[in-house]
Amino acid sequence: MTKLKIKRRRESSAPGETELIIEAGRTEKNYWQDIWRYRELFYFLAWRDILVRYKQTAIGVAWALIRPFLTMVVFTVVFGRLANLPSDGVPYPILVFSAMLPWQLFSTALSECSNSLIANANLLSKVYFPRLVVPTSAVVVSFVDFAISGIILVALMVWFAFVPSWRIITLPLFTLIALAASMGVGLWMASLNVQYRDFRYIVPFLVQFGLYISPVGFSSSIVPAQWRLLYSLNPMVGVIDGFRWSILGNEASIYWPGFALSTSLVVLLLVSGIWYFRKMERTFADVI
Amino acid sequence: MSDTVIRVENLGKKYIIGHQQQERYTALRDVLANKAKGITQLFNPKPSKRPNPSLEEFWALKDVSFEVERGDRIGIIGRNGAGKSTLLKILSRITEPTNGRISIKGRVASLLEVGTGFHPELTGRENLFLNGAILGMDRTEIRRKFDEIVAFAEVERFLDTPVKRYSSGMYIRLAFAVAAHLDPEILIVDEVLAVGDAQFQKKCLGKMEQVGQQGRTVLFVSHNMAAMRSLCSRAILLNQGHLTEDSNVENIVAKYLAEEDISEAVVKWDSQTAPQSSEIRFIRAYILDNQGDYASLLDCRKRFQIAVEYEILKPLRDLRIGFFMQNLEGVAICGSNDPMAWTEPAREPGRYVSQCDFPGYVLNAGRYSVYFGADIPPYTKLLVSTPYCLSFTVEDVEGHGLLNEKLPGVVRPNLNWKVNYLVHT
Repeated sequence: MTKLKIKRRRESSAPGETELIIEAGRTEKNYWQDIWRYRELFYFLAWRDILVRYKQTAIGVAWALIRPFLTMVVFTVVFGRLANLPSDGVPYPILVFSAMLPWQLFSTALSECSNSLIANANLLSKVYFPRLVVPTSAVVVSFVDFAISGIILVALMVWFAFVPSWRIITLPLFTLIALAASMGVGLWMASLNVQYRDFRYIVPFLVQFGLYISPVGFSSSIVPAQWRLLYSLNPMVGVIDGFRWSILGNEASIYWPGFALSTSLVVLLLVSGIWYFRKMERTFADVI
Repeated sequence: MSDTVIRVENLGKKYIIGHQQQERYTALRDVLANKAKGITQLFNPKPSKRPNPSLEEFWALKDVSFEVERGDRIGIIGRNGAGKSTLLKILSRITEPTNGRISIKGRVASLLEVGTGFHPELTGRENLFLNGAILGMDRTEIRRKFDEIVAFAEVERFLDTPVKRYSSGMYIRLAFAVAAHLDPEILIVDEVLAVGDAQFQKKCLGKMEQVGQQGRTVLFVSHNMAAMRSLCSRAILLNQGHLTEDSNVENIVAKYLAEEDISEAVVKWDSQTAPQSSEIRFIRAYILDNQGDYASLLDCRKRFQIAVEYEILKPLRDLRIGFFMQNLEGVAICGSNDPMAWTEPAREPGRYVSQCDFPGYVLNAGRYSVYFGADIPPYTKLLVSTPYCLSFTVEDVEGHGLLNEKLPGVVRPNLNWKVNYLVHT
């Protein structure tokens, strides 16, 4: 902290240190600067959640592989074999898994994020820090699972001798959009959850429901063209299409107007989520 | 040079308390239901806006103003619900004030709870880092102090054991050790010293004194008056959200002991509800301090009196009125009765009072409760008895040893010691 302290001293105009003002309704000027100062805490909270995630489990991190893998198998059998849906010319398991990855990222990040404040209620009511640290670090934890289950995708590609095109390098961009989507929805849910515990039940339902209305088990190309823009109102449609475009290199798998709509919705969700969170966070300690 | 580090001006904090809701959080259903009610009222404007009867404003703090100079060690004293914790929470930015303004210069660390954020699944080492980060230390700082913290907590052997396997003592020691090694410019501490065994408490108090002597600014909340007197130079007294006094610690401690809530020190029964039989009816019971005032907070050095008033309804021979006292842990402390005090064998109908004087230096610090009873020969069964109706707290304001710990046991005699020289070896 010494380095930081020196810096803060230099910044202040008055002799001595910076002066902190606490007042009703005062949105702190240096909120974002504070978030940077509390990056250590952010790091430690994420580290704690990762450490704890698979403690006292027999197979540990393998869970991060098994769950998406089994879901992929079921989806391949149900949608690919039984329903015989088109696979746009790629092996069905890869089609499913390229959507499974962002969906898992979104759904775990969303659930973790919306429960994060409640789960850390003791911290919120006993220690000060910018509250945004908590949901953000929760999202990071699900990113670790995402990275691990990425191994399955690589394995599938090797198995089916599938070579991705140059577009694979755009994958981080789509990953960011997926994270932004889960953050956006998650922040809304987290702040609402503090006040209304109803959202504890809404979120799992939302996640379960979303799995079927998002193009995870099938390609969104089966959606009739005139409905695709409407379908893209689901922000995950843009993300999943983007993932498929990037991984499978299939031009047909993305519908750009729809992608633009989905992405702007994600941005809107994220911005409004942060706005609502900031608005509510002052009262978190009192109502949690 | 006046060097104010904390300036609090007209601070207020309002809570809305619900009377019917059980949960602390609102359920969406209630909000929707209330909104719906609002809409129906919109169409039916007859009943004008009236405050929701189930909600009530409650000012946990009101118009609190004070200043803290650099290096001050300030005690915040008050009863439960006086607003001490709310004040600390606002100062540590956990919750926002409703009105007023605070300006703080310098890095603040607050310690409102020991072991905040400890995770049972993580090992001692991991928790140490986590807790350090939560309290505002960074990794290099924690690494630098790591050995010192571990040595203070005396948990070297269990560093790599999950804390869920720790005994509660070890857990608390580790938690406090992290907190004790913070070095902020301003330290805010809430009642955290009341943890651990006596020996560890001593160590913690020592550490706190050390922090104070390094010229740091400390704000300290405790119900332990002896600790307060040894740690703080100045104190503020809060009463139901108002700052009633700001002065040196001795004055405030005396004030605090004097202004206590006397509702537990007096009990009065009306003729219907009073404990009674066909022979006798209890009227009133109370505790008086050495000044003759009702008191439920007593100084262990001073004498006090327990008294009960009753009405005898028919002539009784050899009546005995007595009391029984136990402490908070349910340990029987003593019992006594008054037969020797009334010299004639019979008592005529009428009102009486039986008073029992306790000398100073009898009861040790602690909390006690008392009930009364009456019996007549052959003294095998009580005629009537009251429930536990009086409670009082004895405070030991003297403090013992360097660190003002509580003396062991339930009695607190003032004993004389002598040391004689026997043989030179």
